[in-house]
Amino acid sequence: MTHDLMIEARGLRKSFGPTVALDGIDLEVPAGAILGVLGPNGAGKTTAVRILTTLSIPDAGSARVAGHDVVREAAAVQRNIGVTAQDATLDEVLTGRENLVMIGRLSGLRRAQARLRAAELLDQFDLVDAADRVLKEYSGGMRRRLDLAAGLLTRPPVLFLDEPTTGLDPTSRVRMWEVIRGLVADGVTLLLTTQYLDEADELADRIVVIDHGRVIANGTSAELKTQTGGARLELTLSEVHTAAAQVLAPFVEGAVHVSHDGRRLRAPVRATTGLASTVVRALDDAGITVDDVELRQPSLDDVFFALTGHPTEEPDNADLEVARS
Amino acid sequence: MSLTTAPAPAASPATPRARPTRSRGATQRFRDVVVLTGRNLLHIKREPLQLSDVTVQPVLFTLLFIYVFGSGVVLPGGGSYKDFAIAGLLAMNLTTSSMGTAVGLSSDLGSGVIDRFRTLSMWRPAVLVGRSLADLMTAVICSAFVGATGLLVGWRPDAGVASVAAGFAIFLLFSYALSWGCACLGMVSKSAESAQGIGLVILFPLAIVSNALVPTEHMPVVLRTIADWNPVSAVTTASRKFFGNPNPSVTIHAWPMQHAVLASLLWSVALIAIFAPLATALYRRRTTD
Ligand SMILES: Nc1ncnc2c1ncn2[C@@H]1O[C@H](COP(=O)(O)OP(=O)(O)OP(=O)(O)O)[C@@H](O)[C@H]1O
Ligand SMILES: [Mg+2]
Repeated sequence: MTHDLMIEARGLRKSFGPTVALDGIDLEVPAGAILGVLGPNGAGKTTAVRILTTLSIPDAGSARVAGHDVVREAAAVQRNIGVTAQDATLDEVLTGRENLVMIGRLSGLRRAQARLRAAELLDQFDLVDAADRVLKEYSGGMRRRLDLAAGLLTRPPVLFLDEPTTGLDPTSRVRMWEVIRGLVADGVTLLLTTQYLDEADELADRIVVIDHGRVIANGTSAELKTQTGGARLELTLSEVHTAAAQVLAPFVEGAVHVSHDGRRLRAPVRATTGLASTVVRALDDAGITVDDVELRQPSLDDVFFALTGHPTEEPDNADLEVARS
Repeated sequence: MSLTTAPAPAASPATPRARPTRSRGATQRFRDVVVLTGRNLLHIKREPLQLSDVTVQPVLFTLLFIYVFGSGVVLPGGGSYKDFAIAGLLAMNLTTSSMGTAVGLSSDLGSGVIDRFRTLSMWRPAVLVGRSLADLMTAVICSAFVGATGLLVGWRPDAGVASVAAGFAIFLLFSYALSWGCACLGMVSKSAESAQGIGLVILFPLAIVSNALVPTEHMPVVLRTIADWNPVSAVTTASRKFFGNPNPSVTIHAWPMQHAVLASLLWSVALIAIFAPLATALYRRRTTD
């Protein structure tokens, strides 16, 4: 039943002049779930988020958020959402606290409520020390956290985060992930866009991969990974050994690929517990010493490549219609 | 990992959480306007350039005009230039400072902050109303500086307190009306800089080709006609009348000079009636995509 969907989009289309930003996108997010919208630059992520957050009107298609139509019932949608846009939407001239109080009041909180809530959020986002400094003095990570806090003033049940960690250093990124996980533990419904495949993997229950304004894949992280054909075992031998491939054969799922220099071996495997040590022991018994062994899970990069035929770094590659069948 | 093939956590119906009380009535609209007015005033306070526009500049203009022009201008009908000049300096300062509306709005539109406002369930026009009210406040401050500087260097109104207050009020109303025009300008310009540039080209002649700083009598006919019908002249004449200061324009036959108070009010009301709805429409258009 569609009643349990907090975010629901059908056939969203949007063009900017000749540029087709969204070419018929469907999205569904049940209450309490996290959807990761994954795609390279220019895929249409921001355009989709802008439509769902009432900032932009679709050329075709429709969307409901928290049960309200994003075009016809924009005000009702606005009362139910928190938004952290890709680009900063805060007032550079005000302090962190002033920004939060202002946004709280404009969302309908009374002055005392807004102050209290702002203080809570500044504390929760570790911005107490910077609370009374103007934003011009904030670092990128601090801004990002404040922008996120700004979406939470009224404790909205639905959150949209457009690339919440883009531009953050690895430490801030992990910290942001923790914050986001904390939010979700509170039961909010979250739509998160990202270009980082590991981020979608870390945070999202389901992932929608979009490219050139279309959904090219949709599933759980595990389902997407399966499409690229499971894990791979990679071995580096101390010295070339012709029998190595034979020893390996019983443990793998397909052909063993040997590199030109004969020292590196690669084969698809079904990842089972203890596989790596079993393989190493077998090789050892055959008198073959191993320098390095690695059991590689496919990354979502591999998934993207498998789906589109081009790596994520090249969004303008033309032959993407290979997509998926 | 828990993210395998299990469907998303069992969907709980959209339970209403503790929502803020939201009567979107007049109270909330008023609150939105107050909040944004306060925010804009903070901007003016914290931006040294904007702050000096309403504090240093009026003092400087007043001193410069009184001492530089004052020595050269002979008023038809007599009177001291100082007494003549203050109403004109109010005109000069308030007209040019209304550009702040254009600059402020277009820099807001260029930043992401308007997008943030648009995702809130606030009263949309509050962005414009809050801007115009903040600019009205700065006009009050600006005219207070002109008046105080005037008093210090010897300006003396020759009228009762209420009448002097009316002389300021008629200017503030006009400046408020003008700021709606400037709001439209801010909406159609691409950046704060271009708003400033275009604003200057429009507002500076508006302030100068008037009876604000020199009597119009000796201007070439074309300029003089423009000046006599310029709304700034009507407001300046009305204000001089209220101040009881030298007012050479009252002998001019052009209708606005003969009915300066009425003309000022009509101009102000007309500007608001045209530009407030236009600004609202332009804002809607600019923020729809
Ligand atoms: N306002 C606009 N005017 C013109 N073109 C636009 C506009 N907004 C987006 N586009 C175009 O639409 C396409 C999708 O853009 P969008 O910003 O949605 O991508 P994105 O997935 O968010 O990319 P990124 O990862 O870089 O943020 C791009 O080709 C972009 O150039
Ligand atoms: Mg984007």
